Amino acid sequence: MSTQSFGERVLRNEDARLLRGEGCFLDDVALDDPLHAAFLRSPHAHARITRIDVEAARAHPGVTAVWTCDDIGPLDGPAPLLIPHPDMRHPRTQRPLARDVVHYMGQTIAVVLAEDRYVAEDAVDLIEVDFEPLPVVVDVERAAAEGAPAVHPDVPANTACVVHQSCGDPDRAFAEADVVFRGRYVIERSAGMPMETRGVAASWDARAGELTVWDSTQAPLGIRGGLCSLLGLPENKVRVIAPDVGGGFGTKVMMFYPEELLVPWAAVRVGRPVKWIEDRREHFLGSNHERVQIHEIELAATRDGIVTGLRDRFLHDTGAYIPYGIAVAQVAACQIAGPYRIPSLDVELRAVYTNTVPVSPYRGCGRPQACLTIELAMEGLAEELGLDRMEVRRRNLIAEDEFPYRRDGFIFADGKPVVLDSGSYEAALDEVLDAIGYAGFAAEQEAARAEGRHIGLGLACYVEGTGLGPYEGARVQVDSTSGRVHVATGLTTQGQAHATTFAQIVADRLGVDPSDVDVVTGDTAAFGYGVATFASRAAVVSGNAIDRAATAVREKAIRMAANMLEADPEDLEVADGAVRVKGSRSHAVTLKQIAIASNPLRYAFDADVQAATQFAPAHQHEEVPLPEGERPGLEATAWYSPATSTWASGVHAAVVEVDVETCDVRFLRYVCVHDCGRMINPLVVEGQVLGGIAQGVGGAFYERMAYGEDGVLANPSLRSFLVPTANEVPPVEIHHRETPTPLNPLGIKGVGEAGAIPVPALFASAVQDALRPFGVRVTQVPLSPTRIHALIAEAEEVPA
Amino acid sequence: MSDGHVTVALTVNGRRVERETSGRRLLSDFLRHDLGLKGTHVGCEHGVCGACTVLVDGRSARACLMLAAQAHGADVVTVEGLTPDDGTLSPLQACFREAHALQCGFCTPGFLAAAHELLEEHPDRVDFTDAETRAALSGNVCRCTGYAQIVEAVRLAARRRHEEASPA
Amino acid sequence: MKPPPFHYVAAGTLEEALRCKAEHGPDAVALAGGQSLLPRLNRRDARPKVVLDLGRAAGLAALDAGEDAVAVGAMTRMRDVELHDRVATRCPVLPEALGLVAHAAIRNRGTVVGSLAEADRAGELPAVLLALGGSVRASSAAGARTIAAEELFTDHLTTSLAEDELITAATFPSPGPGAGSAIRELARRHGDCALAGAVAVLHADGARVAAARLVAYGVARTARRAYEAEALLTGADATSEAFAAAAEAAIATVDAVDEEQASVAYRRDLLRTLVTRALDAAWARTRAEVIA
Repeated sequence: MSTQSFGERVLRNEDARLLRGEGCFLDDVALDDPLHAAFLRSPHAHARITRIDVEAARAHPGVTAVWTCDDIGPLDGPAPLLIPHPDMRHPRTQRPLARDVVHYMGQTIAVVLAEDRYVAEDAVDLIEVDFEPLPVVVDVERAAAEGAPAVHPDVPANTACVVHQSCGDPDRAFAEADVVFRGRYVIERSAGMPMETRGVAASWDARAGELTVWDSTQAPLGIRGGLCSLLGLPENKVRVIAPDVGGGFGTKVMMFYPEELLVPWAAVRVGRPVKWIEDRREHFLGSNHERVQIHEIELAATRDGIVTGLRDRFLHDTGAYIPYGIAVAQVAACQIAGPYRIPSLDVELRAVYTNTVPVSPYRGCGRPQACLTIELAMEGLAEELGLDRMEVRRRNLIAEDEFPYRRDGFIFADGKPVVLDSGSYEAALDEVLDAIGYAGFAAEQEAARAEGRHIGLGLACYVEGTGLGPYEGARVQVDSTSGRVHVATGLTTQGQAHATTFAQIVADRLGVDPSDVDVVTGDTAAFGYGVATFASRAAVVSGNAIDRAATAVREKAIRMAANMLEADPEDLEVADGAVRVKGSRSHAVTLKQIAIASNPLRYAFDADVQAATQFAPAHQHEEVPLPEGERPGLEATAWYSPATSTWASGVHAAVVEVDVETCDVRFLRYVCVHDCGRMINPLVVEGQVLGGIAQGVGGAFYERMAYGEDGVLANPSLRSFLVPTANEVPPVEIHHRETPTPLNPLGIKGVGEAGAIPVPALFASAVQDALRPFGVRVTQVPLSPTRIHALIAEAEEVPA
Repeated sequence: MSDGHVTVALTVNGRRVERETSGRRLLSDFLRHDLGLKGTHVGCEHGVCGACTVLVDGRSARACLMLAAQAHGADVVTVEGLTPDDGTLSPLQACFREAHALQCGFCTPGFLAAAHELLEEHPDRVDFTDAETRAALSGNVCRCTGYAQIVEAVRLAARRRHEEASPA
Repeated sequence: MKPPPFHYVAAGTLEEALRCKAEHGPDAVALAGGQSLLPRLNRRDARPKVVLDLGRAAGLAALDAGEDAVAVGAMTRMRDVELHDRVATRCPVLPEALGLVAHAAIRNRGTVVGSLAEADRAGELPAVLLALGGSVRASSAAGARTIAAEELFTDHLTTSLAEDELITAATFPSPGPGAGSAIRELARRHGDCALAGAVAVLHADGARVAAARLVAYGVARTARRAYEAEALLTGADATSEAFAAAAEAAIATVDAVDEEQASVAYRRDLLRTLVTRALDAAWARTRAEVIA
C-alpha cells in the first residue's frame, strides 16, 4: 500500500546528525591549513580616513597579509546594486574595503590574514588609522529633512529612491469621506540575529583552476554568479556551497557582503585556503539590520466604517547603503492595505540613507511594518467612529467570492502586480475571536479593572505574499546502487526541514518512505540553476519543481516497468519502493532494478547491473537501447515558475496584562490562526509559525538597536540587545486553516514569515486596550517598561 | 609557566587528553579545534546565548567563558559525550526529535546540556510545568523554534524516564 | 572576539597569588569564576599583562553556613551557596538573590566574591551584602583587613580595594531567627540586569518593626542604603501606610543612570513599587513559622 506522506507530521530526516553534534556549519568545514581573516571596522559613523598605516600589523608574527582598498585590485569598487528599480535615483553600494570615507560604524576598512583568529585580531589592533569626523545623521526623519548632514555627497535629502503607487481614485475617496483618520506609526530598528553568525571560507586549486567557496548564505547561486563575474572565472570552475546554516532570516540572503568577495579573492591571491568567521560583535556592526519605517497614514471612511481610501507616506531607513534595493519598502507598500478591500490606495515610499548599518530584508521584510500601520489605523478609525474595532475589520475584509483581488498599480517584489489569490479572511477572524474569548472579554476586562488589574486584548490580521519567482528547479533520481532517491535543488536551507518536506513530496509520488529520500540543497555543483531561499518561497517554488520531477520519474518508472513486466501500464501501481501489478506482490520490479535497467550498459560491474547489459532480458526489444527522446537513468529534472505570488494570511490575538506599577507586560493567552494553503508537514509549519512569533515578540517588546546621535551603536551585544528567551515567549494556541491556492498544483503557500508579521501590531493593540482607562495611544514599537511609563505619564497630562 | 603556553590535561567525554595550548585559548576553541569536537558551537563569546554550553565537573558551563587552562584537571562532557556510542539517540535526544525541538540545530547542543542538567538535578520530578521549564531554559537562546517545542521535548523527557522506570 | 595576549599564571597557593598582585598591581587581574572577566577579555576591553588564575589554589572555596553568618572564600561558586541547605535556612535572602543572577551555567562557575569584586551597580550580591551589614576580607602580601560593605562599593564597577589586594573571603551575617527578608527586582528578561531592585530585612516586635535595613540597587552608581526609609520604619507599626511612606522615602536613592534603559521618573516609580513589595514579603516572613 502506498502511504500518504504529504500532510503528515513526519519526523525530520535531518535531526539525528544535528542532535549528535555532527552538523557541518561554516566553522566546522575542514580546510587544509587555512589562513584566518579578521577585519578592521570603522569605529566612527561618518569620517574621512586621513591616514592608514598597516606596517606594524604586517610585521606581526603569524601575519601573512594586511590589505586596504589599495591592495585589492579589481575588487576595489562599489558592489553591485542587487535589485535595481527604475525609480532608484541615487543608488549607493559599498566597497569591500572603504576608500577615503566611512559611512557607518562597522564598515570594513582593512583585512588581516593570519595563522589563527587570535593573531589576526592582534594584528588588527596594530593598524593605525587617523580619522577626521564628519557630520552624522542617524534619525531617518532628520536625514530626509532639508539641511540634514549628507550621508553621501550629491544625494539630495539623503534620498535614494522615491516610489509612488496608486490605484482606484484616492482623491475622490478622500473628498467624499465622512471621516478621515490620521495616524503616525514608528517601527524601530532590529535585526534577524541568527544564532550562527556569518562566515565565508574559500579554497583555490590553482592547478585545476577551481575555486570552492563555503558561505553561510541563503543564496549560493547568486554568490557564484557574482564571483565568476568579478574574478573572471567560468561558472563550471566555481563551486559555492551553503553547508549547514545556523539560521538565516533574511540576514544571510543579502549579497555581496564585503567578506563574501574578499575571502574568495584572498584564497586565489594567496594560494592558501582562507576562512573568516564573524564574531557576534561584528555581526551587530557588519550584518544587515531592518525594520525602521515611519508611516503617516490616512484612512478615508464612511460613517459605517467602510474604508474607501488609504494614503500612506512613509520613510524607509536603508542605512548607509542600499545593496538590496528597496525590497523591504516595496513589500511594505504593497501590503499596506492588508486583507482589506480599500479600493483606492495612494502610497509613497522614500528610501533614505542614514549613517547606520545597511538595511536588507529580515523575516517579514516590510510586512510587519505595514501590518502595524494598517491594524492600528483601523483600530483608531473604529474608536473615532465609536464602532467595535473587530466589526470595522470585518466590514472591510475581502470576501471569499472577491478573489482574485487585484491591486493594480502596485508592483510586488516579483515585479508583478499585487493579486490576492485566495483566502478565507472572515472565517479566520471568527475563529480567532472565538478562541481568544472576545465575546466575553469586555466583562473579563471590567472585572479585572475592578481588582486594579489592567488586561487588554490585541488582534492583528495579516496577509503574506509568498512563493514568488522567477523559478526554481529540481532533479529527482533513483540511485541505481542503493535504490535511494536523490533530490537536488538550487535553493538553500537554514532549518526549514527541506530535507524532510521535500522528501515527503517525493515519497508520495514514488511510493517510498521519506527516510529513503536524500535531499541536497545549496550546492551549485549539485544543482546549478535557481535563485535562493527568502520571502517564504522555497516550499512553493522548489516544492512544485520537485513534485514535477518526481512525477516524471514515476511516469518513467511505470513505462519501464510495463516493459520489464510485460504488463499494461494501466494495471501498474507504485508502492513500497517498487512498481507492481495492482494487487500482486510478486509481479513487481523495484525502483532500483528499474534504475539499473534504464541505463543500458556494456559492462556489468556487479551482479545487479548484469540485468542492464546488452545481452540481458530487460533489453530484449526491437528498438534502439536508448530510445529517441529518452534519457538514461531513472531521473528527471523539472522547473516551476510561478506566474504570480500566492498570498497566505492569518489572524493573531492575545490577552496581556500590564502591571501599571512596574509597567511590565506579560501575556495571559495567545491564539494564532494561520492559513498557508495545504501543509506539507504540520509539525514543521508549527515550528515556522512559533519561531516567527518569538521574533515578533522580540520586535514588539524587547529588541532595539540603540544608536546614539553620534552614530555609535550602544548595544552591539546579546547582553543588551534583548532577544527573547523561552521565558519571554508565551505558549501559543495554533489553529491551522487550509485554503488551497489555485495557483500551483500542490496548493501550497509559504509560511516562513507568517509568525513574525502581526505580533508588533497585536502587542501594541493589546497594551493600548489594557491602558484604555489612561487614554494611552501606542504608535511605536518596540514598547518597553520605561516607554509604557512615559506613555501613561503623557496621557495623564492630557485630559481625556 | 612560560609566556603564552600551558599544558592542559583533562578528561573529555570519558577520555583523558593532554595538549599544549596558548594561555589565552578559550575552552570553546580548544574543544572544537584542538580536540576536533565540533558539536559545541560558538554563538556570541560573551556568555549570553548558551550555544557553547558544556558540562564541566558535572555542571553546565559556557565554554566561551573559560580558558582552556582553567579546565586543567576537569571532567568535561560535550554533546558528543551525551550521545550514545552505538549510533542511536539518547532518550533526551529522541524527545527533541519527536517534538521537533530543533530547526537549524546550531543552538541544540547547548540546549541538550542545559536540559540534561535540569533532568539530573531533579531526578524525582515526573513533569515540570511549562513555566518552570521555560525559566530553566532561559539561559539558552534559540532564534528558530520559538521555544515551545523545546519545552515540550524536555517535559516529554521528564515524563518518559519515569514511565520507563515504572511501567504500568 | 578573542582575548588579547597575556601572561597566564595559575597560582598554586593564595600566597603566590598575593605575591603576584604585589608585583604587578593592576596589571595582574584575578581570574576566579571568569564570568565577568572573560567577556571583558573577549571584547578586548581588558588588556591585562597577567591573568592570575585562582582556580588551582587549594582551600579557597570555603563555605561555612554558621548560625551567625554565612562565610565564603574567594573561589566559592555561587551555585554551591544557592543550593546549600543551611544557607537556605539561616540566610534565605542569599539564595533568593542568587536565583536572580544570570543563569545556572553562569552561577555554576561564577563566584560570590567575584560578583562582589565586580561591584556592578545593579548587582544583587553587593546589595545583599550591604543589606545584611556584611563585609569582605581584603588580603595582600603585606597583610589583611576587613572592609565593611558600606566602604567597599565606591562606584559602578569600582571597589575600594588597593591595587595589590584580593578579596579572599566574604561574610554575610544572618538576620537571625524571627527576621524576615526579601529581594524584589525588575529585569527585562529572566536573569538580566535589574532596572531597579530592593532588599529588605525586617525584625519584628509584635506588630511593630523593631529594626529595618533597606537597600536599593540598580538605581544609582552603587547599591544604596535607604537610611531615611529605615528610620521611618524603625519602631513603627507595620501598616501599609508605614510601608508606603518608607517606599516614598526610599526614592531619594535614585539617581540619573542609564536613562536610555529607564528614565529617572520611571525608576522612581518602579523602586517605590519594589520597595513596597519587598517590605510586604519581608514582613510576611517574620510571621512565617517556616522560612518560605
